[in-house]
Formats: sequence, structure tokens, C-alpha cells
Amino acid sequence: MFADYYNYWVAIILMMLGFYIVISDANLIKKIIGLTIFQTSVFILFISMGKVEGGTAPILADGITTYSNPLPHVLILTAIVVGVATTALGLAIIARIHREYGTIDENIIHAQDEEEYEDDDEAAS
Amino acid sequence: MLSQHLAVLQVVVPLICAPLCALLPLAKPGNKLGNNLAWLLATLVSLTTFIIALLLTKEVSLHGVISYQLGGWAPPWGIEYRIDHLSVYVLLIVSAIASITMLAARKSVEQEIAHEKISLFYSAFLLCLTGLLGIVATGDAFNIFVFLEISSLSSYALIALGNNRKALTASYQYLIMGTIGATFILIGVGLLYMLTGTLNIVDLQARVPELLSSRTLHAAFAFFTVGISLKLALLPLHLWLPNAYAYAPSMITVFLSATATKVSLYVLFRFFFGLFSNEITFEEFQLDKILLPLSILAILIASSVAIFQDNIKRMLAYSSVAQIGYMTLGISLATKSGSIAGMLHLFNHALIKGGLFLAMACIVLRTGSVQLKNFAGLGKRMPWTMAAILLLGLGLIGVPSTAGFISKWYLLIAALEQNNWLAAAVIVGGSLLAIIYIWKIVEYAYLKSPTRQSDKYFNERIEAPLQMLIPLWLLVAANFYFGLKTSFSYGFAETAINNLFL
Repeated sequence: MFADYYNYWVAIILMMLGFYIVISDANLIKKIIGLTIFQTSVFILFISMGKVEGGTAPILADGITTYSNPLPHVLILTAIVVGVATTALGLAIIARIHREYGTIDENIIHAQDEEEYEDDDEAAS
Repeated sequence: MLSQHLAVLQVVVPLICAPLCALLPLAKPGNKLGNNLAWLLATLVSLTTFIIALLLTKEVSLHGVISYQLGGWAPPWGIEYRIDHLSVYVLLIVSAIASITMLAARKSVEQEIAHEKISLFYSAFLLCLTGLLGIVATGDAFNIFVFLEISSLSSYALIALGNNRKALTASYQYLIMGTIGATFILIGVGLLYMLTGTLNIVDLQARVPELLSSRTLHAAFAFFTVGISLKLALLPLHLWLPNAYAYAPSMITVFLSATATKVSLYVLFRFFFGLFSNEITFEEFQLDKILLPLSILAILIASSVAIFQDNIKRMLAYSSVAQIGYMTLGISLATKSGSIAGMLHLFNHALIKGGLFLAMACIVLRTGSVQLKNFAGLGKRMPWTMAAILLLGLGLIGVPSTAGFISKWYLLIAALEQNNWLAAAVIVGGSLLAIIYIWKIVEYAYLKSPTRQSDKYFNERIEAPLQMLIPLWLLVAANFYFGLKTSFSYGFAETAINNLFL
């Protein structure tokens, strides 16, 4: 069971690891790292699904009849580009958050925002 | 000749013009002429997409579904753009709202965005428009994911341009939750591809019924549902929305509130009824059992939270979460009439909420804040803007002769057809809650005298410029037009759903 489907197990373990980091860690950069691991696990899921047993790389050559499916690779090429853009944008936003708040710890940022709300309320009353 | 390529032009025109827009003022960043040119280009492109959507509407209502083969590769191998009644309906809304937003945008953007970033702002806007139109035009499941990410990435960047530093955290939160949602959708697409070997939605629908016993199919459906629900901010997954709408630049809130969640809802329609089918969705997977309670909670909780907001943009954002609840409530009734009502509410709510946020943009332009206390006396100072808020507010509540009434009426009938008294009570109850929060604004604007703050001329008229008032009143007029004459809005939704349902 495990040996037959080990590619799926790898994908699931990575997926859960990444997802857990996104949810549990307060550090904004570590969240992005978790998100990247999470996305990468899906890439592995796709790529491993394209493998055909006994198949070679999908390049036409004499004497070869079984090829692996290249389409998942192509799809994931696009998804990787999307992932890189997401990471870059996330890091750019974190850089600006650091400039504005002086921290990248989510809890401290929330505390600062709460203070601001209280100030608003006082000004209103 | 050109008319054959309308389906792809709908997406390609804004895509090509987006980098052009960024390049225009490059010789001299922050140069006013360059910025105005960028605005002009973005406006023209938005209007062009609207005209293309109109032409497509005509084409679809005359000749039925348009199938466009990208690069001449026949589906299911190549990517197919597939325009049917449902897509045209959403294309029209998205491109119309984009045109209205851009017509009104110039002054508001000049005030809120740093001058050297204005051209980039318009270019990101066009990319976002490309993504949203692409999601609707394409007939390929993986392509939907790609366009979803194009629109999401550009909207994260646009939200982060907001003036308040909370815009940054809001954008970051949206980025994390949005990416998780998109990745879930990608997993769903992957599992389906694994099962069927195809990505074309029409082809998928033909192959899915044989696979009902497969647990992989169930997992794919679950991943789709959660992923799309994240994107459309269905209640327990809505956490990104209120702050993102409250702190984004005003014009971006106008655009996103009226289009982004609506397009996600379109994806939901497309996947649940076009890729799977209504029978599979409701009978095999029993989606209504979970969607109905969530929709009811969304309407009640989000409307109640909206009442206690002092930031009016945040209040309207919570109200959006509640209105999304109405749309999913329509779907969860599991009948044709329910889905038609949900579709109709999608259309009407885009007009109403777009208008309300546009009025907020006018107020931000003139007073710099949308805190409730700041509304005191605005009824006299900005009479046209406040009158528009009042009339659109009536639409949001669902007063007869407004567009909001029509969709809530059809929702109510659909609920009563099923003898679902709870849903009917919630539909009416949600409207009562809407009266409370709209009344709060009206009370401050018309019945409280302006407080003397630092503003010396606190009694002076500060009406918004015509450039913003005209688009605003266009939406007000549409709110009443579609409240009195429903042949297009209802008729089209009906045909769309009839074609979609088995």
C-alpha cells in the first residue's frame, strides 16, 4: 500500500507540513515558506501522475513505444510561474509591512492595529 | 473577419494593453500627461471590452454557444474558449463595471495613489480585468486556475496600494488565503485530470458520470468546493474580505466588490452545473445540505456584524458577505428557480454594491474619511452623492421598484416553492438587518448637524465632481431600470440556467 503509492504519500506529507506552517507560524516570511512548500507538494502530485510505467521521456526516438505523459509537466510549468509570482509579491508586501510596522510578527502587528482602533474610538467619543 | 475572434479578443485586448499602460509615462515617471494617457488607455480598453461583450451577447442570443479554438487546436486537446448565455451574462457585468470604474477613476486615483505609481496602477487594473474576463471566457479547467491567479495576483498588488498601512496586512492576508484557495482548485483539477485525462469542461462533464463510485472524484469535488468558497468569501472563509475592501484604494473596492466575488460565483456555477451536473452535485454529493446552513449563517451573521461597524466601507464589505450568502442560498435550494434567483442577485448586487462603493469613493475624495461620524451633515454638503447612497441603499434593502427587490422576490418564491420557510424567513430577516445599517448612514447624513472639527468651512457644499457623479448616477438609474424592467436580467439568467441544468 505504502510502497505502491509512495509518490502520493510524499505529496500529502509535504502538503500537510506546508499547510501547518501557514496556519501555525506567526512569522510572515515563514508563512510564505509554508505556502511555497504547500504549492510544491501539488506540483509533485501533478508531475508524478504523468509518469507511465516503463515509459521514457517524451522525445520521439527509434525503438521506443512507451512515453510518459508530458502534459502535467507543461501545466506545472505554468503553475510554477504563478507560484514564483505569488512568493515575490508576498515578500514585497512583507518588506513594506516591515517598513510600516517595524516587525514581521503577526501577533505584534495585530496588537498595533488593535491599539489604533482604540485610538479611533477615543477620538470618536 | 474580426467578428470570428471576438471570444479571444475579449481577453487579449486588456492583456496586451496592460504593459502598454505601464510603459506610457516611463520617460518621465510621475509625469501628469503620462498618467492621464494611462488613464485614457485603461478607460478605452474597458469600454472596448464592454462593446465586445455586447457583440458577444448578440451573437450568443442569435446563434447559441460560441466555441473558439485557441491556435486552431481542436478541443479537447487544445484550449477552447466557450461563450454561452451564462458566460455572456457575467462578461457583461464585469466589463460594464470596469468601464464605469475607469470613467470615474481619474480624480480619485490621482488623490489616493502616489504619482509615480499611477500608470502601474492602471496596468495592474487591466491585468485584473484580463484575469476576470479570462475565467469567464475559457472552457478549460486548468485555464480557469491560471486566469484566477492572474486576477488574484493583480488584486493583491492593487489592494496593497491603499493609503492606510492596514491595506498591507489586508493584502497579505488575502494573498495567503487566496493562494490556498487557488491551490485547492489546482488539486481538484489535478485529481480530475488523473481520473479522466482531459481538462476541457464539456469533455469532463461527459466522463464524470461513469466515475461516481471513485473516491478520487469525491475528493476532487471537495477540494473544488472549499477552494472556490475561499475565493468567493462564503461565510467561515470570508475573513480576508472585510479588511481588503475597507483599506483598498476606493476605486479598487468599487471594481473588486462588484466583480471578483461574482466571477468566483460564476466558477462555482460552472463547476457544479457545467463540469459536474446538478444531479451529481445535489443528489450524489448533497452539496445543498452544507451550503444551505452556511448561506443562512452568512446572511444573519454578516448582516449583524455590519450594523456595528463604524467604518462604512467595512460595513458595506460585511454586507457583501451577507449578499454572497443570498446568492449561495439560491444555489442551495437545489432547484432551477433557486439558481436563477441566485444568478439574478449576482447581477443586481454588482450594480448596487458597485454604486455604493463608488459613492464612498466620492466621499473619500471630498472628506478623506468614511468613518460614520464623518457623515454628519453630508446630506446638505454632498446632496447628489448622499441621494445616490439613499436610493442604492433602498436597492440593497430590497424596496419594490429597485433591482434588489426583484432578486430577493425571486429568491423568496424559490424558497417557498420548496416549502423552505426557514430560508424565506432569513431572506426577509436579512433585509430588515440591512434597513438598520443603511439607516445608520442616512441618520448621520441627513439628521445630524455637521460637527465643527478642524474643517473651517464645515457648512460649505463639497459635492463630488461630475466625472464621478455621472457614473454613480448611471448605476443608480440601472438599479431602477432593472427593478422595473426585468426582461433582460431575468430572461437571460433563466436561459443561462435552463441551458446549464440537465
